[in-house]
Amino acid sequence: MDLFVAIFTGTVIAATPLIFAALGELVVEKSGVLNLGIEGMMLVGAAFAFWAVVAGLPMPLAILAGALAGAAASLLFGVLALTFLTNQYAAGLALAIFGSGVSAFLGRNFGSEPIDGLKPLAIPLLSDIPVLGPLLFRYDPLVYLAILSFVAIAWFLSRTKGGLILRTIGESPEIAHAIGYPVVKIRYWAVLFGGLMAGLGGAYLSVAYTPLWVENMTAGKGWIALALVVFATWRAYRVLLGAWLFGGMTILQLQGQALGLAVPSELLSALPYLATIVVLVIISQNRQMLAEHFPASLAKPFRPTV
Amino acid sequence: MAAKRSEGVGRGRAQPWQRMSSTAAATPPRLAPLASLGSLVDPPLKGEGFAGRGAPLVRGQEEARTQPMTPRLELRNISKRYPGVLANDDISLAIMPGEIHAVLGENGAGKSTLMKIIYGAAQADSGEIYCDGKLIQDHNPAVSRALGVEMVYQHFALFESVTVAENIALCLRGPFDRRALSSRIVELSQRYGMPIDPARKVHELSVGERQRVEIVRCLLQNPKLLILDEPTSVLTPQAVSKLFETLRQLAAEGCSILYISHKLDEVQQLCDSATVLRNGRVTGTAKPKETTSLELARMMVGSNLPHMNVTPSNLSDGPVLEVRDLSAESRSHHGVNLRDVSFEVFGGEIVGIAGVSGNGQAELISLLSGERTHKRVEAIRIGGKDAGRLHANARRRLGMTFVPEERLGRGAVPSHTLWENALLTGNRAGLVRSGFVDRGRAVAFAKNIIERFGVKANGPEAAAQSLSGGNLQKYIVGREIVLAPKLLLVSQPTWGVDVGAAAFIRQTLVDLSRAGAAVLVVSEELDELFEICDRLLVICQGRVSPPLMRAETNREEVGLLMTRLGTATSEKSGLALQD
Repeated sequence: MDLFVAIFTGTVIAATPLIFAALGELVVEKSGVLNLGIEGMMLVGAAFAFWAVVAGLPMPLAILAGALAGAAASLLFGVLALTFLTNQYAAGLALAIFGSGVSAFLGRNFGSEPIDGLKPLAIPLLSDIPVLGPLLFRYDPLVYLAILSFVAIAWFLSRTKGGLILRTIGESPEIAHAIGYPVVKIRYWAVLFGGLMAGLGGAYLSVAYTPLWVENMTAGKGWIALALVVFATWRAYRVLLGAWLFGGMTILQLQGQALGLAVPSELLSALPYLATIVVLVIISQNRQMLAEHFPASLAKPFRPTV
Repeated sequence: MAAKRSEGVGRGRAQPWQRMSSTAAATPPRLAPLASLGSLVDPPLKGEGFAGRGAPLVRGQEEARTQPMTPRLELRNISKRYPGVLANDDISLAIMPGEIHAVLGENGAGKSTLMKIIYGAAQADSGEIYCDGKLIQDHNPAVSRALGVEMVYQHFALFESVTVAENIALCLRGPFDRRALSSRIVELSQRYGMPIDPARKVHELSVGERQRVEIVRCLLQNPKLLILDEPTSVLTPQAVSKLFETLRQLAAEGCSILYISHKLDEVQQLCDSATVLRNGRVTGTAKPKETTSLELARMMVGSNLPHMNVTPSNLSDGPVLEVRDLSAESRSHHGVNLRDVSFEVFGGEIVGIAGVSGNGQAELISLLSGERTHKRVEAIRIGGKDAGRLHANARRRLGMTFVPEERLGRGAVPSHTLWENALLTGNRAGLVRSGFVDRGRAVAFAKNIIERFGVKANGPEAAAQSLSGGNLQKYIVGREIVLAPKLLLVSQPTWGVDVGAAAFIRQTLVDLSRAGAAVLVVSEELDELFEICDRLLVICQGRVSPPLMRAETNREEVGLLMTRLGTATSEKSGLALQD
């Protein structure tokens, strides 16, 4: 029983940074913009949040600093891709590399000092329920925020006029412009939101998940987030499931390593990445579904004509 | 009586025919034409009843007696210059309330630019626009909509992945109340005889249904002026008469309609007055119902229409192209599956494939050209050889050439020069030797095409994208014809091409077939097919009709097949038509 609780809670926690980053990217891609720089934005967010904690800022402000740093990094991409219409693939890759470099540079200042991480929050009463309490109600606040943001984003995309506008801009910015929507402005907001969420995901890694700073500590989670969005066929609930799948595999392989399975640990570490990709590739085989949710103008530059 | 009429101008008080017949009873001179309106399917409102009155408007007339006439929309001296071309030159026109006004002109005459200026999607360099007597300043589409001006685009401005109701909601202000909006859409679309289901996604709709969505979207705004840009280019003849019904009903309710077209017969059927454009200038105004087609055509084209010379055909013994029970799944999400397509094309004849776009033409042409291959090798035979599995290049070796629908991107590489583009398919004519391009020959080859087909271009070194649509099309058709094909496939040969070039291309196709080649033309322009084809096939929902002899069929029959082939009646009507 304890093992099950450990695996379950471990899964939810390991999935949290991915949920933030992938949901943010989902919103960006739904608007027709492809930002490949999630890894970079996460690293910048992780570094800034960690730095803020080391500098003595209270935890909520430190997390906010991480998120804002991610947004600032995404603005860089936004200016390149939306204002100067550079190739979105190139601009995104540049951001990924840039973010990795900047975060490593910042990280030299604080080395590997340990910090007091974000503490789990036992929700009064609910957390005392047997079984369910430890399973569902003893996480840190960011875990709840991740679930909340999933609900909010899923609702926004499918139920609100704002979400409708965002989706249709992703399908055809030309038509949206002709009808009179400020395409570039809306895309900027989407990109900034994506940066904010990636920064939040990064901050979670450095101040909650493993409260210390290691260079390139995201270890490819930004790329996994990117893959999640694609293989989830641009649907929020599948992004969530994919993130949990990844989290689950991560925890399982850790348990496997702890049990001393006769498999090289490198192979086990690679398992979550492999399993997530394989499962998502299989469920994204439905072409009909893919075509219906794919933002048709993804990664195509758009300049409004006057 | 006048008071009664102007009351009737308000929207939706009664069914239109009720209102019309009551007005007609009170107004003897109008009795005849309005009675004919009662059976709305009949096309033209005859002009005689109004001829003597002199005013350009028809249904806003009574209104005009009670108040001084202010045009719904007036343009004064509009000019617009784009780099290298004066798109609109000093254009003035006026539209009265309830008037259906045509802007008539060739492709490239400046119609679309003018409409964009009226709608505010483009700004005029000089000139003024008045709406109900008031000068419009700082024009943009939002201003237009606030004034009650709505526009139905030629290429529909609809999002494919969302529903009809969501598409419409995007154009309305305020929050999105799905249920209320859906019931308004249903109500309005039924009132105007254009039923649409608000819950369907747009990619599932036919082109005609999409147009209904566009129009209903405009009608929801209670427009005072509705602009339609080439609305019939994608419709079957039946859908066209349905559309005209709706437009007449709207005009009768006081909405002004600006109808942009290059089709004379439609303008004569529908419109009260017309402004004719050529090269960006107004070349005449007319009451189309009192003007002959020839006069209108002269205003449009500037000289007499080119004359086609179609001699009787002399068929080859065996078919050059045979298609047998060809079925194929579409590869695109919005495509149509081909089902049991069979037909033959003989040398010496032109066979046309008619149909509303998106009924399987793209799939058929990609299978015939070899862009897609078919696993049944005998499904397609070219010159007596099984060709189903052959790729495009192998089929060309059998004597086939192909003019695709998209000139830029598929027929030619936009940024490459004409001689480089000649290499794309002319490599077989000795332009490439042991893997190396013989530049001298390629340039001479291109030069020959330019001279022989009268392509207006800055020599073989000109980039393909620098040519006008008509000239590039002449060049591409020329390139394929110079290769002396036994079989020529042509898709939309004159789409977006001016009248002179279109006539030349059609004549070229006729001449090629009379010299013994088999020619297969896929086109959405029925007039074009009737002009040059010996036999017609109709494609609808992936099925192809039995062949119809051009001389023994007519537009109505073909139009019916264009909509009904997919249904159970297909065999019956097919047989009936074959006899």
